[in-house]
Amino acid sequence: MTDMISVRAARARRLLALPRPGWLTVAAIVVLALIVLAGAFAPLLAPFEPTELNSMMRLKPADATHWMGTDSYGRDLFSRVLYGARISMIVGFSTALGSLAIGLPLGLIAGWFPLADGVLMRIMDGLMAIPGILLAIAVVALTKAGLVTVIIAIMLPEIPQVVRLVRARVISVRNEAYVEAARLLGTSSTRIIWRHLLPATFGPMIVQGTYIYAAAILTEAALSFLGVGIGTETPTWGNIMAEGRLYFALTPSLVFWPAVVLSFCILSINILGDALRDSLDPKMKARG
Amino acid sequence: MKAALTPALSVRNLHVATTGTNPTEILKGISFDVNPGEIVCLVGESGSGKSVTSLVAMDLLPKQEIRPTGGAVLLNGEDILTATPARTKALRGAEMAMVFQEPMTALNPVLRIGLQMEEVFLAHRKMTGPDRRQAVFEAFEAVQLPNPPRIYDSFPHQLSGGQRQRVMIAMALALKPRLLIADEPTTALDVTTQKQILTLIRQLQEENGTAVLFITHDMGVVVDIADRVCVMRNGEVMETGPVHELLAAPKTDYTRSLLAAIPSLTPPEPAGEERGDIVLEVSALSKEFRLGNPLARLIGKPDHVVKAVDEVSFCLRRGRTLGIVGESGSGKSTVARCVMRLEDPSSGAILLDGHDISTVQGGALMRARKRLQMVFQDPNRSLNPRIPILESLSEGPMNYGEDRTSIHARAAEVMEIVGLDPTGLLRYPHQFSGGQRQRIAIARALLMEPEIIVADEAVSALDVSVQAQVLDLLDQIRRERNLSMLFITHDLRVAAQICDEVMVMRNGRVVEMGPASEVLANPKHPYTAALIDAAPGRSWDFVAGQPVGIPVPS
Repeated sequence: MTDMISVRAARARRLLALPRPGWLTVAAIVVLALIVLAGAFAPLLAPFEPTELNSMMRLKPADATHWMGTDSYGRDLFSRVLYGARISMIVGFSTALGSLAIGLPLGLIAGWFPLADGVLMRIMDGLMAIPGILLAIAVVALTKAGLVTVIIAIMLPEIPQVVRLVRARVISVRNEAYVEAARLLGTSSTRIIWRHLLPATFGPMIVQGTYIYAAAILTEAALSFLGVGIGTETPTWGNIMAEGRLYFALTPSLVFWPAVVLSFCILSINILGDALRDSLDPKMKARG
Repeated sequence: MKAALTPALSVRNLHVATTGTNPTEILKGISFDVNPGEIVCLVGESGSGKSVTSLVAMDLLPKQEIRPTGGAVLLNGEDILTATPARTKALRGAEMAMVFQEPMTALNPVLRIGLQMEEVFLAHRKMTGPDRRQAVFEAFEAVQLPNPPRIYDSFPHQLSGGQRQRVMIAMALALKPRLLIADEPTTALDVTTQKQILTLIRQLQEENGTAVLFITHDMGVVVDIADRVCVMRNGEVMETGPVHELLAAPKTDYTRSLLAAIPSLTPPEPAGEERGDIVLEVSALSKEFRLGNPLARLIGKPDHVVKAVDEVSFCLRRGRTLGIVGESGSGKSTVARCVMRLEDPSSGAILLDGHDISTVQGGALMRARKRLQMVFQDPNRSLNPRIPILESLSEGPMNYGEDRTSIHARAAEVMEIVGLDPTGLLRYPHQFSGGQRQRIAIARALLMEPEIIVADEAVSALDVSVQAQVLDLLDQIRRERNLSMLFITHDLRVAAQICDEVMVMRNGRVVEMGPASEVLANPKHPYTAALIDAAPGRSWDFVAGQPVGIPVPS
């Protein structure tokens, strides 16, 4: 009767018992889903090639064929914004996943082994002392700008944050009576980390992941805007705005549209992060 | 004196419920009075609504979550429930004041005591600076704090727990309020300090004629301080009456069961002097904690060394229970943690069946751990909240290579032994009550089939009726399995009931050791005597239902 399958079922039931999301969260999920889908299916959805030049159609206002108008090279803005979503989503997701994947084990080690803690955390402090965007610019400047480089450049300053977060969580949990009880039951360090410490970090990690996701999209746009990001031939929201900046007085829509989409994207991710934090907080759950 | 006096506090048919879509009634129409110059005790177990009652009276309820839904709370005839927030703010401090359980969290840690104390006068009285300072000194003197100017300049952490609680009382009584509400004001304190604080409250109350609403879970404290008692359960007043009448002849079954659950201070007759062989022998065990940092060490500043345990020796025989008794900071828990090797002892030997385990590592430590198991104080924290209890229970046996099927069968068995339904194995800790969780923690220890169980304040976090059940369970298991038990507690009543031998500790040293019946009946050491003397409710014999000293008619 009490086999492992029913234990799994009990766990699953518990996950499903999350509180019902509010309308704001639902709206955020919808907006985010639209942006992800737009990026994923950009080749199907875009009415034009994002790099297709048309000298006859420079800086045209929005009309039935060009929904957001065209830029200074006559490229269709709507198509470029759609393709831009691709880059943003890829950069955001990879950065979040990458920094969590690197930060998590480092944080576990720092939190559990006091000897490693001193060394690791001083390195992290060093990394944190450099402003993130400067570090990213330096990394991109040292290597060839490209998608992977940009992701690494944005990821690097995020890692110390993750390590600190995981370490703090581990330190507070390692003194809990249930971890001491596990030691008394003969559980080895690795098993304690795997069974008791790692699951305790999931909640804060997921939340931190969403914040990194949002920050990475913003940083990528900033790098592109400054001209040190992904090459100008690739349509990213930052690139579109950087080019549009020159004609801002003439056609503000060149900056307006990518900015609006970017803002909604960031806002949605942050709202989603807050909602996750609330639902994963045991105190909030006890009330629900 | 005129007989028709207005009660200082009169609670009339008070209903309180949670807000939200699914409101629950927390108080179901309670009524009671507190007259001037009277101490009324609200007694009840956790969840009985006694603290909520006090918060309603002070108008301190978190109104978004809990709201009064009916009735009245009259302070000197004025209804608090309908008064404006500005009015109740003015009343708080001047007419009614409150003392909380934990004086450390009720005081601001970064402000000097004197400044916090002056705030009371700043808020309610027009006084000049020097006058205020003088008033603060007088208030400190009234609560018998030594050297008021020094206390004035201290920060909260520089005072002892008892001194902090005196400061809180001084603050509460500074403006001579008509009503003082004390919510478990001595629960966080050691017994000797508790006794002093109770005496102080009694004394000040008599001097000023203050009405006191005293909230407690401890019947012993009730005996020591109450004029009248109000027994609460699940948001209802079960019965109310003068303290001695209620204790001698309780009218409801609930009060009777509550009184019956209180452990007696007199140990039962020792059941035969069976001398088992020694399973655990601790000799000259010491534990030092070094506090210092590498930088300070570089400039030659010596570490601050705290001797938590100092040359402690004792023997535990098979099938017996040894109690380690002491106040906070006595080192009793550190002894237990060293025996369990959660801390590494600084020196001394821990002989388990003649083999020293004080320094063993790896496989040898693992073998020793199987024979020693621990039950922790707080069952909310000793079970991982994220995994079903079956997984918590099977963790140990799995580490020792037992296969799942046999563990699961044994887990179901052990659940029945500790009095729980085995179908609950797939549930999570938060789905159980505190007492049930402690039973689960005991089940986890039993699954390891240990020879010795170390119980560190294992019943301290439980309500008194649950406490009695868990104590019975532990004792029954010990007898049936011929286990030995090391029982750490601050509560002499609990020690008296469960221990064969008692060891009294103070400041890391053993001051007295011997059979429980002897140590508790005829203490040799003055400290032991002081401890016993300070045990709350000593003047009342709960078993006989009358004051101590009157011979039981036979």
